[in-house]
Amino acid sequence: MDAVFKALADESRRKLLDVLQKNNGQTLGELGAHLDMTRQAVTKHLRLLEAANLVAVVWRGREKLHYLNPVPIHEIAERWIGKYERQRLQALGDLKKGLETKPPNKKG
Amino acid sequence: MQKPTLVYTTYIRSTPKKVWDAITQPKFTRQYWGGLALVSDWLPGSTWDMATSGAKPEIYTTGKVLESAPPKRLVLSWVDPENLKDVSRVTYEIEIVKDAVCLTVTHDQFKARSTMPGRVNGGWPRVLSSLKSYLETGKGLAAAKCG
Repeated sequence: MDAVFKALADESRRKLLDVLQKNNGQTLGELGAHLDMTRQAVTKHLRLLEAANLVAVVWRGREKLHYLNPVPIHEIAERWIGKYERQRLQALGDLKKGLETKPPNKKG
Repeated sequence: MQKPTLVYTTYIRSTPKKVWDAITQPKFTRQYWGGLALVSDWLPGSTWDMATSGAKPEIYTTGKVLESAPPKRLVLSWVDPENLKDVSRVTYEIEIVKDAVCLTVTHDQFKARSTMPGRVNGGWPRVLSSLKSYLETGKGLAAAKCG
């Protein structure tokens, strides 16, 4: 679990996971194209994310594809979120998302 | 070669045989898969069902066994019983990595406009972390139903 927290405690690595969530299964080159980072930096961050099992890797021929693996994040959530809190938290999360993404209604 | 869509891995302190049994025996799947039984003889060509227990089982998912190599690899077609055209593929791969078992689930070959990716992408992490807890502690997680 330490490896997961360490991996998530960096904005660039969270950005990498965001990019994978939008478009799963990218190569190093494709990932680099979305980010303002050197290839070496992306490689280094991916290595940490892989070690934390937040990124799963699939080889397609000679191409290495990276996938967001949310299983360890789920394990963290399970540790502190109780059985009955889940639905209320989901509702609160949806409400927050809805309020923050939709522009407020104009008075008519 | 098409690019897989969903890939999940988890490292479990267990043996490949135990992980295989936990995936293929209803008495184990019920413990961590939100009470659901996965039933088949798991031979290539056979049918498999994911169903509720009890006198009138409700089938949640069905399909065929495409490949079966215990305790290493199991490939299934994954079919929505309410829409038999909604067929995708699930591959379980079990390998030993140092002192743990690495279980990889790949869910891919979704049909165009299939609703299945959205239905399973929250469920697989739940089921897999529940499976890990079950094998490591003897207790699955509450609320671990796929989709």
